[in-house]
Amino acid sequence: MPLVLAAVLLVLTACSGPFPQSVFAPRSDFSSELDGLFQTVFWWAVAVFLIVETLLLIAIARFRARPGAAAPKPVHGHTALEIGWTLAPALILVFIAVPTMRTIFATAGHAPEGALQVEVIGHQWWWEYRYPALKISAYNELHLPVRTPIQLEMTSADVIHSFWVPRLGGKRDLIQGRTNRIAFRADSTGEYGGQCAEFCGASHANMRLRVVVQSDSSFQRWVDQQRANPATPAKGSPAEAGQQVFRRSACIGCHTITGIAQGKVGPDLTHVGGRATIAGALFPNTPEMLQRWIMNAPSLKPGALMPPQNLSPQDLAVVIAYLQSLK
Amino acid sequence: MKSWLTTTDHKRIGLLYFWTAFGFFLIGGTEALIIRAQLVRPDGGLGVSAETFNQLFTMHGTTMIFLALMPLSAAFFNFIIPLQIGARDVAFPRLNAFSYWVFLLGGLFLNASFIAGPLFGADRLSVAPDAGWFGYANLTSRQYSPGPNVDFWLLGLQILGIASLAAGFNFVVTILNMRAPGMRMLRLPPFTWMTLVTQFLVITAFPVITVALVLLMFDRFFGTHFFLPSGGGDPILWQHLFWMFGHPEVYILILPAMGIVSEVLPTFSRKPLFGYTVVVYSGVLIAFLGWSVWSHHMFSTGLGPIADSVFAGTTMLIAIPTGVKIFNWIGTLWGGQIRFTTSMLFAIAFIAMFIIGGLSGVSHAAAPSDLQQTDTYYVVAHIHYVLFGGTILGLFAGIYYWWPKMTGRMLSETLGKWHFWLTLIGMNLTFFPMHLSGLLGMPRRIYTYSSELGVAGFNLASTIGAFVIGVATLIFFWNLLRTRSRPIDAPADPWGGATLEWAIPSPPPVYNFTVIPTVESRMPLWQTERHAPMTALPARPPAPIHVPGGSWWPMLTALGLPVMAIGALSHLIPIVLGGAAVVIVGIYRWAYEPFEM
Repeated sequence: MPLVLAAVLLVLTACSGPFPQSVFAPRSDFSSELDGLFQTVFWWAVAVFLIVETLLLIAIARFRARPGAAAPKPVHGHTALEIGWTLAPALILVFIAVPTMRTIFATAGHAPEGALQVEVIGHQWWWEYRYPALKISAYNELHLPVRTPIQLEMTSADVIHSFWVPRLGGKRDLIQGRTNRIAFRADSTGEYGGQCAEFCGASHANMRLRVVVQSDSSFQRWVDQQRANPATPAKGSPAEAGQQVFRRSACIGCHTITGIAQGKVGPDLTHVGGRATIAGALFPNTPEMLQRWIMNAPSLKPGALMPPQNLSPQDLAVVIAYLQSLK
Repeated sequence: MKSWLTTTDHKRIGLLYFWTAFGFFLIGGTEALIIRAQLVRPDGGLGVSAETFNQLFTMHGTTMIFLALMPLSAAFFNFIIPLQIGARDVAFPRLNAFSYWVFLLGGLFLNASFIAGPLFGADRLSVAPDAGWFGYANLTSRQYSPGPNVDFWLLGLQILGIASLAAGFNFVVTILNMRAPGMRMLRLPPFTWMTLVTQFLVITAFPVITVALVLLMFDRFFGTHFFLPSGGGDPILWQHLFWMFGHPEVYILILPAMGIVSEVLPTFSRKPLFGYTVVVYSGVLIAFLGWSVWSHHMFSTGLGPIADSVFAGTTMLIAIPTGVKIFNWIGTLWGGQIRFTTSMLFAIAFIAMFIIGGLSGVSHAAAPSDLQQTDTYYVVAHIHYVLFGGTILGLFAGIYYWWPKMTGRMLSETLGKWHFWLTLIGMNLTFFPMHLSGLLGMPRRIYTYSSELGVAGFNLASTIGAFVIGVATLIFFWNLLRTRSRPIDAPADPWGGATLEWAIPSPPPVYNFTVIPTVESRMPLWQTERHAPMTALPARPPAPIHVPGGSWWPMLTALGLPVMAIGALSHLIPIVLGGAAVVIVGIYRWAYEPFEM
């Protein structure tokens, strides 16, 4: 038994940061509110836990049966005690309920006037973001300016998903036919991990996302990049050959690249080369990973709709060069 | 063999419930172990596929709730309730048999999905349900779940609902009408009281899930759009209906265990239950409030701040009667003479562990805080502290307490203590780290997680703990099995209990009581201030006692239901009609069966 406990301790101490999805490191007004409320509840819970477990331990330590002892007094109850231990939890709950109600209304999801509005659309199993005011879209990686009020308006193209970036805020479900809102303001720049939190089918575990919070100037650069037309590959370059392969392959049935293809099933690839990840923020955007993905997506992401592509090694290489050129 | 198939004796049916439910408990536990094995390490785990994993967690939840915990409670309802109220049987013995057979067949039907793949032209053996035990629309629609998996789930639950409803009505009538003379409502043993409350919840909650499942069946089989936004329906409607059932269901699972603990603690403290009436009324209040909290499962669906506030408030209120019960249990221990039998250890551990689940529940009731916790491993920790630390520990306390009464054989206390300590250590090692993995960002229902989350260590601990529970359960299983070869030598009252079941031999004769006792106090077998212990019943019945004979019709009627379900699954109307004919003929013959056999 001590051996087991020692092993457990070893395991637990081996867990160390940076915990990219920890709720304990809030980086927005929304997540800070939730963290504050949790702390309130937590410390009350710790107090109640200690009191009750202590009473229980005292009872079982003090009142163990001893041989020859007289039968215990048959106490049936005690009215004052009953009233006392009904009122005590009720009183504690008041101290929890009041901040709860306050936080419910403070985090109801309505951003102030002038907030940057982003529409979030969940798909099995990737994310689409539309910035109506900026007339751009993004996929899986959500870019936001720091210290700016953000209004997310969320819905789903298919089943229910749930948008969750713990360090920026609590979850909200994406439901077909409805629009749900959350509002927040990120405090500091950086990359924040998140993933779908509502079970949504085979690859629920693989529906991840990233939020890139940027300074105003680098956010503006990113917006300009998304607005630009895709780079035209240089004559005779592998990328140009890749563009030809892309045009004549199944790719165009499902993907959009401005000026080249208009598929609507999968994510838009116009600026895919500028993303850090592919496949629902699941894998790094490297040539090796792209190759494996294009050759057999369902083996990497169960249920993925993109069928394995039967491309020759040369075609595959130039298509990857082309995709990587689409910054 | 025939006598078991046709039995209407509540004690035999209780044993059938016990062994069947225990079998399903082992199946559900095995599913949990595979789940934990897969999550032992990040980034792909041991290679269990996403599809298989989704089936495993769906079937683990469905099995444990509907096929293990509810029927394990039902084993005690059946065996113990008539004894505690001084009755010869339940009100409707054949209906009781029918409930059991429907439960067994429904459970077999659900689990048949693990090997039914080839029948449906699937490229894999298993077409087990894979949309979660909560089956959220619109993932369960034909469009997103085309296979027979969800059909198995909805038809299986529909069958099991019939078993629960029949048993619910049976026990409400039994407890209200079959009490021995003098057994007034406030003299009912607390376990009987909690059973009564539970059965009222069953007969009010199960119709809701029945309706929801009928609507889902229409959506899947006949192209309606109750839950489909594409046709003007609403997937949130499913969540409301499901949780209007689902939350009372939580109390259906926990109240019987609370009743068991309220029996075990007084017996092994040699003191009456502290605040009996308050404990009883708290149970009733929990059940009432249990009806008004369902949307706390839906805080992330965007109900709006008013609804969120109301449901947060009602949910917090439940903490009050629950806390009152816990204080009264400690009050029962206080000043007593505690004997640490295995049963008592489980009952004490129930209190200690249930508090943890209750307190994490308050952090869910705080709706905004729940937005970070819902659908993460934090919730998995919470429900397991309630349903394992609460219900299962309570049921174990009941098994050690009543096994001598049920079989006439004592369980080994040595093996029992091993079972207890390993279970307690195992469950904390499994479920406590889940609080942390959840708060550090690990969602539930995922077949793999990224090593970047930093939760691999916590998951390893959970997996080790799960296997410790597995070992403990095997010890328990051995403890049960080895009693079968032991002599039937348990005394009528091995523990010094206060209630009527201890006034008759272990195991009780088929007629239970040689004469129906007259009850004068809440604790008929104990000396109290005003009442002497009940005088012993005569060893032999002074007059012949009529006991109803067996009947084939409950089982045969029950057989028609899975036939209907198989017909629906395979879209073959003649089979559905054949099954319906079996049910109708069965009920007809049952109704006209002569009373004397």
